[in-house]
Amino acid sequence: MATTSVLRNIRLIAWSAVALAMLAGAAIYLGEAQKAKMAGGSLPAAASIGGPFELTGTDGKRFSSASLAGKPFAIFFGFTHCPDICPTTLLEMTNHLKALGPRADNLNVIFVSIDPEKDTPEQLKLYLSAFDSRIIGLSGTKEEVAKVAKTYRAFYEKVPNKDKTDYTMNHTASVYLMDANGKLVSTLSFQEAEDARQKKLDNLVAKG
Amino acid sequence: MRLQALRLATTIALSVAAFAPAATAADVSAGSLAISAPWTRATPPGAKVAGGFMTITNTGKEADKLIGGSAPFAGRLEVHEMSMDGGIMRMQELKNGLEIKPGQSVQLKPGSFHVMFMDLKQPIAEGAPLAGTLKFEKAGEVKVTYDVARLGAKSRDDTGSTDAGKDTQKGGHHGHH
Repeated sequence: MATTSVLRNIRLIAWSAVALAMLAGAAIYLGEAQKAKMAGGSLPAAASIGGPFELTGTDGKRFSSASLAGKPFAIFFGFTHCPDICPTTLLEMTNHLKALGPRADNLNVIFVSIDPEKDTPEQLKLYLSAFDSRIIGLSGTKEEVAKVAKTYRAFYEKVPNKDKTDYTMNHTASVYLMDANGKLVSTLSFQEAEDARQKKLDNLVAKG
Repeated sequence: MRLQALRLATTIALSVAAFAPAATAADVSAGSLAISAPWTRATPPGAKVAGGFMTITNTGKEADKLIGGSAPFAGRLEVHEMSMDGGIMRMQELKNGLEIKPGQSVQLKPGSFHVMFMDLKQPIAEGAPLAGTLKFEKAGEVKVTYDVARLGAKSRDDTGSTDAGKDTQKGGHHGHH
């Protein structure tokens, strides 16, 4: 019983922290929006999403975002111990690449693991072998993953199971569509229709 | 004596059938619970988890709870809830189980409630149905058979556009995308 109430308190504190973080985020966003509006700019949130990162590829070699320059890319976050949204999104991206045909040459698709404890380059390589081979799988140290997620304002957290013997992850599920200059253009949601997603990707590769 | 032997033989035959690869997923009932169309889907190589889906209907007068279960192909089974919250996918184990109120029909489906097979012993392959057990607070242990849909299937009948020919034993339903 005591454990339950302790857990409840921990949960309460955790949720309060989440609420505070969201308020702070909203305040920053509104502040930036205000500034941008005064300066005559637009899309303040978009402008601050994305940026350079360095991670490890499935071949174990270092991967720098500099190698993405000059081509639009789609980047999303997930983990291989994910029963639903990650394999679904990977399959959808596989289908989209197929639908793009030769136009897919003008697009990079990147899957970043937010589970550095379990997702080694080998594990990612094995897992991604079920999907389009052009999808670039990246992993990194805890710090590197935290950094790239922050760059993209992607959220992730560990959720322990009942017995605390294992965990699952909560994470941002959106696919970020970035232009050839690394600027956010749009996002894909697995909840939107397949043709709507395809249209966004068609536009992305057409603009370059 | 003879009747008993016959009954024993039938029981053995039924339990063997439940684990035989040729078994097809069927609706089962246990007490006042009806479990319909259990399914799971093929997993990528190296995958250690998979989701299990079905509809559970409580025709009785008392609430029951799905509290766990097991499957020979997985190290353990957890009852989970998944939800989308402003672009964030949230998933958690339902620590007190999934309640099915009297008269209620609860859908376990992608993006929502599901049983999660953890520590898969090998990747799940499309096609051959898989046997497993669900555990309810009141109805106890119930044997079920999961149909196995393709990788990334959004429903049990979602066979994808490329392999529509594999749509056997799906009894008149049509996939949607």
